[in-house]
Amino acid sequence: MGFNWNWEFTWEILPKLMHATLNTLMAAGFGYAIAVVLGMVFALAQRTPYWVLTKVVREFIEFIRSTPLILQIFFVYYVGPQFGLKLGPWTAGMIAIGLHYSAYLSEVYRGGLDAVPKGQWEACTALNMSTRDTYWRIVIPQAIPPALAGMGNYLVGIFKDTPMLSVIGVAELMHTANAIGSSSYRYLEPYTLVGIIFLAISLPTAALIRVFEDRVRRKLGLK
Amino acid sequence: MMEDLSNYPLELTGDNVPMVRFLKVTKRYGDLVVLDQLDLDVAEGEMVTIIGPSGSGKTTVLRMLMTLETINEGVIYVDGKPLTHMEKNGKLVPADRKYLRKARSQIGMCFQHFNLFPHMTALENCMEGPVQVLGMKKAEARERAEELLELVGMSDKRDQHPSRLSGGQQQRVAIARALAMRPKVMLFDEVTSALDPEVIGEVTNVIRSLVEKHNLTMLMVTHQMGFAKDISDRVCFFFDGKIEEQGAPEDLFGNPQKERTQQFLSAVKEAD
Ligand SMILES: Nc1ncnc2c1ncn2[C@@H]1O[C@H](COP(=O)(O)OP(=O)(O)O)[C@@H](O)[C@H]1O
Ligand SMILES: [Mg+2]
Repeated sequence: MGFNWNWEFTWEILPKLMHATLNTLMAAGFGYAIAVVLGMVFALAQRTPYWVLTKVVREFIEFIRSTPLILQIFFVYYVGPQFGLKLGPWTAGMIAIGLHYSAYLSEVYRGGLDAVPKGQWEACTALNMSTRDTYWRIVIPQAIPPALAGMGNYLVGIFKDTPMLSVIGVAELMHTANAIGSSSYRYLEPYTLVGIIFLAISLPTAALIRVFEDRVRRKLGLK
Repeated sequence: MMEDLSNYPLELTGDNVPMVRFLKVTKRYGDLVVLDQLDLDVAEGEMVTIIGPSGSGKTTVLRMLMTLETINEGVIYVDGKPLTHMEKNGKLVPADRKYLRKARSQIGMCFQHFNLFPHMTALENCMEGPVQVLGMKKAEARERAEELLELVGMSDKRDQHPSRLSGGQQQRVAIARALAMRPKVMLFDEVTSALDPEVIGEVTNVIRSLVEKHNLTMLMVTHQMGFAKDISDRVCFFFDGKIEEQGAPEDLFGNPQKERTQQFLSAVKEAD
């Protein structure tokens, strides 16, 4: 097998792949936005005094964490319609990946929330603060900084998992590279480029997250 | 089974209504009886100090009054109205969340470990309650917070986060934060115990000035006998969940009647 890299072909497919990169970033961004919010909802739901709710959320999180993402994507997209939930690939994909990562993020938040010292809650009671203000103004701001490292890992994680959305036809990078490959019978260039693009985004993102984490800690006076 | 509270008044009336009244209050953790049928009155403007061996229930008294702990029996009244209970159809029933939020607004507390909000500056710590809870305008809350930080001698550090402050400074901010809510009753739970000896004075001086210049009702737990003797109107010696002996500081420290009080006082004197 000779190694023959075709530069002309590379330049030809690059715009397509760049365009697909935008879709990949969008998928990761939307999915992550869902996960960041829903994860907090799940984490807080487990702290309510309503044990049925707590139990249901707990089991749901366990279920999501013990089954593969790809199954969840298929499930939402192909089984959803049988329950009257007919979704396009994008919507189905965002729901699946958002739900999946919200289960993981809720665990990260849970650790952060549990780590807020009891004295902080007592100070809130002594100041007669409402439960809402206690969470929103005191507890969550202190729970986030220790959760940032975990949150950052899952941001990179969700980005690297977006290729799974190709199975239901979301036109992200992997899907585009596959399409290029099967129409040109050249796989070396598209897959190599996809790898480079992922690397070029993941590595700086991870570094940026560390800088951001440090900044937030400083800003909140925790450092 | 619900406790029969028909012997407890719905509210306290008459000439000498105390600011705080514990009426036959019992607190248990499982089988452990921490406070046993406690009766304790604190008059308006009075400074009452609680002393006693570790584990005798001193902190629990304050925590129940701050509604950080529920009680098992009895009723606590603040300013004549029940704190732990509320009236329903002419009967006392355990207070619900809504009632507690109203009732506890009269009480402020300072803790051994300060419990300042670490993500807020000294000033923001003092503005948080007035703005969020009392609904005060920011400018007004700021003015109040600045006055109080001045009072505790922390004006120059108002924009610092707690992590940049010494223990004594943090505790002074915590006192200002509690005062910003204008409580009628202030509780101090061993506020100098976590401090280095050389900064204890800066906190006790603040409390001393509150006693001298403000008509606050105060309940303080401390291990500093000299300080207690100096500033208290009355000292209560706790032993095993009961008030073993109480009286004016001169009497309790100068001429203790009970053997346990004598033993405790001589033990702490030796330790000093
Ligand atoms: N949350 C709790 N659970 C079980 N026991 C407790 C709890 N809080 C306090 N106690 C017990 O109650 C007793 C009185 O405690 P505390 O009021 O803190 O004493 P003090 O402040 O006088 O040292 C101690 O024996 C302590 O171990
Ligand atoms: Mg104590």
